[in-house]
Amino acid sequence: MSKHLLRVENVYKRFGDNEVLKGISFQLDKGETKVIVGPSGTGKSTILSLINMLVTPDEGHIYLEDIDITRTRDIHKVRQNIGFVFQDFGLFNHLTAKGNVMIGLTKVKKMKKKEAEEIAMEELRRVGLENFADHYPAQLSGGQKQRVGIARALAMRPKLILFDEPTSALDPELTGEVLNVMRKLANEGMTMLIVTHEMGFARTVADELIFMEDGVILEQGPPEKLFTSPEHPRTREFLFKLTDLYNEGER
Amino acid sequence: MFLSSLLEGLQKNFTIFLANYPALLRGLAVTIYLTIITSIAGIILGTLLALGKVYGNKFISGIVTAFIGLIQGTPLLVQLFVVYYGLPVYGIRLTPIAAALISFTINSGAYQAEYLRGSIQSVSSGQLKAALSLGMTRWQGIFYVILPQALRRVIPSWTNEFIYLLKYTSLAYIITVPELMGEAKIIASRNYEFFKTYLLVAFIYLILVLVFTRLFRRIEKRFAIPGFELKR
Repeated sequence: MSKHLLRVENVYKRFGDNEVLKGISFQLDKGETKVIVGPSGTGKSTILSLINMLVTPDEGHIYLEDIDITRTRDIHKVRQNIGFVFQDFGLFNHLTAKGNVMIGLTKVKKMKKKEAEEIAMEELRRVGLENFADHYPAQLSGGQKQRVGIARALAMRPKLILFDEPTSALDPELTGEVLNVMRKLANEGMTMLIVTHEMGFARTVADELIFMEDGVILEQGPPEKLFTSPEHPRTREFLFKLTDLYNEGER
Repeated sequence: MFLSSLLEGLQKNFTIFLANYPALLRGLAVTIYLTIITSIAGIILGTLLALGKVYGNKFISGIVTAFIGLIQGTPLLVQLFVVYYGLPVYGIRLTPIAAALISFTINSGAYQAEYLRGSIQSVSSGQLKAALSLGMTRWQGIFYVILPQALRRVIPSWTNEFIYLLKYTSLAYIITVPELMGEAKIIASRNYEFFKTYLLVAFIYLILVLVFTRLFRRIEKRFAIPGFELKR
């Protein structure tokens, strides 16, 4: 039917009296990296939760390939195809790094332990943590935890991965190692939808930027266009302010 | 003077022990049997109740809450009497030991449910979200992610519960279960050495408590998650 991997169509979400999303629509193609930016509290993270059905929309549809995930009965089957990387890592504290990567394979995909272990080691190597396989989350730095979180998502061989402010809980000197892993994934052709405030990263890695404010998408397009000749004055204001902050951090 | 009378007392205790050790060991075995069976059954019952209370729908959660309230709000001895003397009215006749096993299990299950409920709720909600995001069902998330963490955290409370049970099983003598206290009562009524016989029994309980407390500390250490060890 449609060749888009993900289609979000006219989605509305309300929490009590607070209307968080007011008619959001966009698409994501296979191999594409899109970054959602915008001021805090504009519903960016809510979109990611909706795509994973951790929150259900009040109106609208979300399609993964041809499945309407807002209507499906087997949502846990759909979730296997959608990786999620959390702001606060969401690692299982009672499992080692390797155990965290393996558990989805053994319990959800019902894989043999040995096979799961091989995949887990492969993914930990991919994020540069093969030497930390036996460390528990509490024994890892924030950046390492987040890379385990990414390896855990990768191991499920998802069709796309959602990143919810993956570096916001990290010390500035640790964000680089996580962003580098994400940059590598983008180059390898992983489909990613990322919410972040890292403007430098967004500008260089995203195929397309989505600028959101107050529950609506104000503008979307290639990053260079949004950064150099935005159509909406709010886009210009926001991007310039953050870019300034970012550059100041560089100096 | 005091020391010599104490020594003499200890000696006397020991003589009482020597004269009655088969009966005392039999009683001790019954006490340990009651405690271990009811605490394990209590853990199972408590886990089911806690899951029902935290994750059940309004109806189940309400029933569990009412049940726990009823058990925690009434004396254990009353519960024991209801089971042993009350149920026969409805044609359910239980042996003393069965009645003790049932009432201690129910009682302990209610308390253990509350301990576990607390520790389930102390595991961050993000953990279940992460489990769901991997494609686990809610129950898979609960069994593979929430419970393994919650059960570890509850070990110290369960240690206390086990110790309570160990001591509370002495109530079973009232419905003629021949556990340690029951045997002591028989011995004392024969030798008339009430003070020394009960002192001896108190001493045996104390040793038991110390031994099991040590044992549980070891279990706790064995299952500790790095970074989440309890500071003592």
